[in-house]
Amino acid sequence: MILISSVKVIVVVVAVLTGCAWSTWLERKVVGHMQHRMGPTFAGPYGLLQPIADFIKLIFKEDIVPSGVERVAYGLAPVLSFIPAMLVFAVVPFAADATLFGHEIKMVISDLNIGILFVFAVTSLGVYGLVMAGWSSGSKYSLLGSLRASAQMISYEVSYGLSIVGIVLIANTLSLRELVEMQGSDSIWFFSNWFVFKQPLGFLLYLTCAIAETNRLPFDMPEAESELVAGYHTEYSSMRFATFFVSEYANMLAVSAVGATLFFGGWQGPYLPSIVWFILKVFCFMFFYIWLRGTFPRFRYDQLMSFGWKVLFPLALLNVIVTAAFVMLD
Amino acid sequence: MKEVLKAVVNVFLKMPLGFMVTIKYFFRKPVTLDYPHKKRPMAPRYRGRHYLERYDDGTERCVCCGLCAAACPADAIYMEPEENEKGERRARIYEINLLRCIFCGFCEEACPEEAIFLGHEYEFSDYERSSFLWTKEQMLVQHPRKDNPFKRIYRRVRKAYGAPDKIS
Repeated sequence: MILISSVKVIVVVVAVLTGCAWSTWLERKVVGHMQHRMGPTFAGPYGLLQPIADFIKLIFKEDIVPSGVERVAYGLAPVLSFIPAMLVFAVVPFAADATLFGHEIKMVISDLNIGILFVFAVTSLGVYGLVMAGWSSGSKYSLLGSLRASAQMISYEVSYGLSIVGIVLIANTLSLRELVEMQGSDSIWFFSNWFVFKQPLGFLLYLTCAIAETNRLPFDMPEAESELVAGYHTEYSSMRFATFFVSEYANMLAVSAVGATLFFGGWQGPYLPSIVWFILKVFCFMFFYIWLRGTFPRFRYDQLMSFGWKVLFPLALLNVIVTAAFVMLD
Repeated sequence: MKEVLKAVVNVFLKMPLGFMVTIKYFFRKPVTLDYPHKKRPMAPRYRGRHYLERYDDGTERCVCCGLCAAACPADAIYMEPEENEKGERRARIYEINLLRCIFCGFCEEACPEEAIFLGHEYEFSDYERSSFLWTKEQMLVQHPRKDNPFKRIYRRVRKAYGAPDKIS
């Protein structure tokens, strides 16, 4: 049992890190083409080996620790932002259950009965890494970036949590595995039970808040290259910077995976193997993220705040109330 | 309430328009080239790095008169004369500092012997400043040379501007 679990852990960690690496390639390529450029073309065919080149470059760079940093927090911050991003994948079911040598293997590292709660608890921990990075760097840009990150996190966490309450009300469970199984359908309309059709508003809210949670454009206030140099990771270099970079992409993958699981039926789908369906859905989310980045400029800080509190929050409440009324009347 | 309505309008009416624009360009051919592998064709009149012409028998055209150095607004040309075996005047040292050169083309305008031309080469990256000091040996063209495309263009341009033909 332990053996199976450790194999699953290793497979998932390797898959997520590989996914992060090639998400950077995907992002550069897609944004490049959206801006009339070609993106990376040098390393390998279509620049596919670019992530490896980047990794080697980052590893061999000098790790600069500026004088005046709070050393313990400075070293801890990248790890603290990286680990919560990876933890999310512990509860996301990535394929249908399989049977191997008579054992039934659940294709999820840990089938928690409070899966969603775990996901939301862990993703909001990620901001501690950013806050620590900003505070310990002793640089005004970093500090401003991390302040923005925490303010943004508090504002959007509320709507983020409320956006999936509708699903929980309908499904009456918090386990991600059960949620996925609930969304399966044997008919030709295999997608008919997906929660995105029952909770369209909830889905839009989830999508918006997830972008704000992962600090991606158009909500990338903590980084804001044009205002804050690089935001919370201004003072970081070499592998510490790379850890922040990877954790951003791991976060993206995490919210994509959770979004695919909650709203698009996870691994459910006809003909293709379940793992392929899951990866396909996550890929669609990632493409949307990148598409969004290639399309819209950054929000102004006050716009971001008023949008979070005056638009998303009332809509999320409305969604919960309407769903609750429907569930009660059923 | 006003904000909510505005956001709804933006999400359902305006944001799709933006998405359509970027996805349209995503499927279009990029305007940039895969540069070191593919290069954009140069304009015929492009002024790149200089080269020195020869006569058909191989002797250098340059007589080291110094007009190009006099015309050069960047003061990039240095030369010293000598005599060749037939007792004709030619350059012993002819150097162009490509870091000073502004590629204006005044040297080829000034040259009475049609000896110096600006070619199409524009990739001069190097590791040392000293390697940007181009000598006569580096700039002289190979001896057996059939045609000089730049000379034809140069003459056509002069004609178009109504400049008199030089002695050739």
